[in-house]
Amino acid sequence: MILAIPLAWLQLIREKVRLLVALAGIGFAVILMFIQLGFRDALFDSSVRLHQALEGEIFMMSPQSTALIALDSFSRRRLLQAEGVPGVDSVTPIYISFALWKNPADRSTRSIQVMGYDPSQSIVSKDLLPDSEALKLRDHVLFDRDSRPEFGPVAELFEEQGYVTTEVAGRRVTVGGLFNLGASFGADGNLVTSDINFLRMFDRDPGLIEMGMIRLKPGANIDKAIAQMREEIQDPNGDVLVLSKDEFIAFERDYWENSTAIGFIFNLGAGIGWIVGMVIVYQILYTDVADHLAEYATLKAMGYRNRYLLSVVFQEAVVLSILGFIPAFFLCMGLYQATENATSLPLRMTQERGTFVFCLTMAMCVISGAIAVRKVQEADPADIF
Amino acid sequence: MTSATDPIISIDHVSHYFGSGRLRKQVLYEVSARVDPGEVVILMGPSGSGKTTLLTLIGALRSTQEGSLKLLGEEMYKARNKQLVRLRRNIGYIFQAHNLLNALTARQNVQMSLDLHPNLTSKEKKTRSLEMLEAVGLLDWANYYPQELSGGQKQRVAIARALVSSPRVVLADEPTAALDKQSGRDVVEIMQRLARQRGSAVLLVTHDNRILDVADRILQMEDGRLSTVQREEVIA
Repeated sequence: MILAIPLAWLQLIREKVRLLVALAGIGFAVILMFIQLGFRDALFDSSVRLHQALEGEIFMMSPQSTALIALDSFSRRRLLQAEGVPGVDSVTPIYISFALWKNPADRSTRSIQVMGYDPSQSIVSKDLLPDSEALKLRDHVLFDRDSRPEFGPVAELFEEQGYVTTEVAGRRVTVGGLFNLGASFGADGNLVTSDINFLRMFDRDPGLIEMGMIRLKPGANIDKAIAQMREEIQDPNGDVLVLSKDEFIAFERDYWENSTAIGFIFNLGAGIGWIVGMVIVYQILYTDVADHLAEYATLKAMGYRNRYLLSVVFQEAVVLSILGFIPAFFLCMGLYQATENATSLPLRMTQERGTFVFCLTMAMCVISGAIAVRKVQEADPADIF
Repeated sequence: MTSATDPIISIDHVSHYFGSGRLRKQVLYEVSARVDPGEVVILMGPSGSGKTTLLTLIGALRSTQEGSLKLLGEEMYKARNKQLVRLRRNIGYIFQAHNLLNALTARQNVQMSLDLHPNLTSKEKKTRSLEMLEAVGLLDWANYYPQELSGGQKQRVAIARALVSSPRVVLADEPTAALDKQSGRDVVEIMQRLARQRGSAVLLVTHDNRILDVADRILQMEDGRLSTVQREEVIA
């Protein structure tokens, strides 16, 4: 029945108020799903932001470490052993710990993540960390300008006067520069400093490090180097883990996804949005069918098949899902932007998430339609007249 | 197919029951009748006498339980739903309530009937729908929605919808019940004229005495039993 009268569409637009209510309901569900899934992904993305920024091909960490916020240390000698593996260009030991940072404006304290490494080497790209010269000075640190605002207006103060002094771990330090990394769910803010300053701050065994970054010479075979390091360093000693960069990122992500309740909570939130949307669409479609029952019975008496009426309901469901999705999609882009500004979390609309939520919306509407069409069977012309 | 002299509707000892078990109630008792092509037959009787039940059987809205009922030569005794749906496409049904689709204009409502006949182009369907609306005197109202039309106008749209596909049979269930005298009269006359032009048989259920003169034959139904009456008897 091509070119037939588009009954589903005409019935939907005839009841403008009901259509608007339906679209608002669906839009609400879509936004809820986008927000929940967006937060979940932002959490996972933010938790690996440091991992992605580190410019090494192979990483070493303690097998006892579970995540960036729960790092165990291992012997620096294991990392130095890797220097002997063919293809390795350089190794960089990285110290990571949390310390209390004193807000230079209001003197309140807050836990901040501190990383220490040899400043003669660079660990992240120049875009993120343009100048590490200040780290060569005693008790100087660089401050992450994308840290949460609770740490104080450090970036503003620095740009104003060229330095900021405050206390970290009870020690007087000077902020001698800025870099960009961003807050994560685990760390609200970041500091980097030299390995020497780090050891002054924390007073600990210099032979124990939290992370080792290994760089290969251009053209070196990564798989071969990893295999050799595992064979010569990881397996005989059992006190380090050698990971490629992808494995290193996946390890951290896996912790947040599977070892915390966070993934579950956000999925649950998205699921609830989905169900709320389904109930709303069902209500709308059911009322629509109930209102048109006599008309549908008439169509049956004229010789329309049940199938035609079912298709009308399903078409309405599909039209509703598309019309409800589009405005909600654009609204969410704005919401993401606003949330990113407010929380320093990387929240962006991705094509996969857009497609995924669209499929969820479509499924939501079609399932509601499938429940609502049972009402169509009641449209029996013999009973109604 | 049937030849011109074969009856369009042939009813032979049809009985019908509602409910089951102890609540089973017989509403039609061995009804027999026939309607020939081009005939206008009125079916009268008090409410509850089984008129509408008989009409729904003829209209292929139910399958026949007992006896033989042939529509256009096809047996409907224990007919399957699929066959019933197909048969309905040869029937123009006019209901007591107009039952127009509120979301569609008058023209679109008429065209819904033609959408069931896929061999027409969308332009032909539109033209024929407009011609049909002209025939019931509503060409100027073609783009109005049902709620913008009066009761008589709505019923005329319903007639246009029932007749536009030139059905061999037109069944009307109290089409004048909700109308005043003049609109009721107009509606029945339009129905009679158009049915004659197209050679459709008309079976009209009514207890409206004012419209009996359009009938070629009057059947009387009482307590599920059918009898033929003379028009003069009823009017007198």
